[in-house]
Amino acid sequence: MTAEVTHDVMEPAKPGRLRNGLLTTLLVGPAALWYVVLLVLPLAIVVIFSFGTRAKNGGYEPGFVFDNYIRALERPDPFIASLAMASAGAIGCLLVGLPLAYFIATRAGKRKSLLILLLVVPFWTSFLIRTYSWLIILGPDNGLAGVLGGIVGDEDFRILGTPVAVLIGLVYGYLPLMVFPLYVTLERMDRTLIEASKDLGAARWATFRQITLPIALPGLVTGTILVFIPMMGEYVIPQILGYGRTYLMGNALVTDFLEARNWPSGSARAVFLIMIMFATIAGYLWFVNRGRQARDVSVL
Amino acid sequence: MTAGTIPKKTAATTQLPGRRESRSFDRWAALVEGWLRAHTILVYVFLYLPIFVVVLFAFNDTNRRVTAWDGFSFKWFGVALGDTVVQKALLNSFLVAVPTAVLATMFGTMAALGLQRVGKKSRLFFDALTYTSIIVPEIVIALATLVLFATGFDFIQSTFGIKLNFGHPTIIAAHVLFNISLVLLLVRARLSGMDRTLVEASSDLFATPWRTFVQITFPMLLPAIVAGFLLSFTFSFDDYVITTFTSGPGSSTLPLFIFGQVKRGVTPETNAVATIILAFTIGMLLCAQMVLSWQNRRSGRKGGDMASLVAEQSG
Repeated sequence: MTAEVTHDVMEPAKPGRLRNGLLTTLLVGPAALWYVVLLVLPLAIVVIFSFGTRAKNGGYEPGFVFDNYIRALERPDPFIASLAMASAGAIGCLLVGLPLAYFIATRAGKRKSLLILLLVVPFWTSFLIRTYSWLIILGPDNGLAGVLGGIVGDEDFRILGTPVAVLIGLVYGYLPLMVFPLYVTLERMDRTLIEASKDLGAARWATFRQITLPIALPGLVTGTILVFIPMMGEYVIPQILGYGRTYLMGNALVTDFLEARNWPSGSARAVFLIMIMFATIAGYLWFVNRGRQARDVSVL
Repeated sequence: MTAGTIPKKTAATTQLPGRRESRSFDRWAALVEGWLRAHTILVYVFLYLPIFVVVLFAFNDTNRRVTAWDGFSFKWFGVALGDTVVQKALLNSFLVAVPTAVLATMFGTMAALGLQRVGKKSRLFFDALTYTSIIVPEIVIALATLVLFATGFDFIQSTFGIKLNFGHPTIIAAHVLFNISLVLLLVRARLSGMDRTLVEASSDLFATPWRTFVQITFPMLLPAIVAGFLLSFTFSFDDYVITTFTSGPGSSTLPLFIFGQVKRGVTPETNAVATIILAFTIGMLLCAQMVLSWQNRRSGRKGGDMASLVAEQSG
């Protein structure tokens, strides 16, 4: 520490600071430039466009009207469909993910890191390929729909192109994002608490409900947020497994921007979607901070 | 990582002798344990089934439907690799993914280092942008970028008379954005876990800041940088949504080719192309994993392999 101080004293203050400032600018500059040009600027354009009107042959005409927002509110179907689908997907991930995370955290022993690695590998390989594979698995041709249809005796039984197929794809695609945070919280859990609960004669279910679940809650909320947010804006899965018939926000945005070429209308929808994301995150941060305060009191 | 010590403790407590439990409770416990185990196995089957199916049907020697098994054959790999459209798409994928990974890794690492030197307010502001790039749905960023480029190109043409087109540069520009955030978070996680005393010792011994960086900081960050590079490459190589809205004629990549095929109906050729991509990306990921765990073993630090990096980020 003292060496640092003498170092500062020894060096002529002004040029050093200038050079430091220059170096910092050079280091952060490119990333900052990218953020400004390809993140802030596009989002700003979307916000500005959302108040404009559609030009005659498509695109954007400057203006300041709220029509686009009003129209988006008048036709909220894709919003509601996305909300419902993302909620169902999050619940699905939770039902599948909680027992899995619990098993890995408490029962896997030495195989823990192998099991986590096995979760990571599919998650980071091509989403598109893993999604289209369900076309084969759920398909009518030797796939699940064919088998189920054979059992029921209904040759026209289909899963693809229905919301069920989209839901399966969503749960499949985002499951690891639910499992990771659940695993982290459950892994940190002090399991003497469970032993204590058992020793005090609590039933398994009571122990789970009163000890494990409250401890897992922060991970549970984080996981829910992590899967809910990308599911709200999902485009590829409804397009491939839902044949575009399950009309979600992603599809509505693409229709607005590319097919109808109504950029202002699409922009208004996009702004709504972004606002929902930030509201979700704000709620989440509120929850985390509240939880942290509560934990500090109870633990320390 | 205090978590590492917990299993030992519990291993001792679960073996506590003399616990009095009734038979029926034991049966329940066995049932629950069995169910947990079965559930876990089923989930892993669920996770790997699609990958298995794609690979399996890539080796199908059939000219009929994809799922009609006519014996084992490599012929569709030959068809796929001999297809000029696939060759062009593969080349395009590399022409996009390599520059993306190089730029994103450089800029992300530089930003992570630079952010250590700025005030709290600027850092918070930068963090807000980083998380915004992750939170805003990919489809929104893709469409907004499309609109930005289209409007910008119109403006440039009308003012300067220069005609700009969508192509590799637009795809790369858009890909670099979301990969900068990824590299930044990875490198910063490593930076915060770094032993500062080495850096201080180095400057106490009168090493110049540059020399301290080259000999101390950079080698310590290397695993995160390598992992960031490999992940950016994979993400860029695999991306469909952003690519499809920022690509121009003749710049379409492998995921775009696959999406087009899927819309027309999956063929064994699609599966063969997909299998090649899967083998390649899984290989890259395992490389990243190996680099990270090798480095950790060398530095004697626990955790910090790919799995725990993800887990830490999300937890």
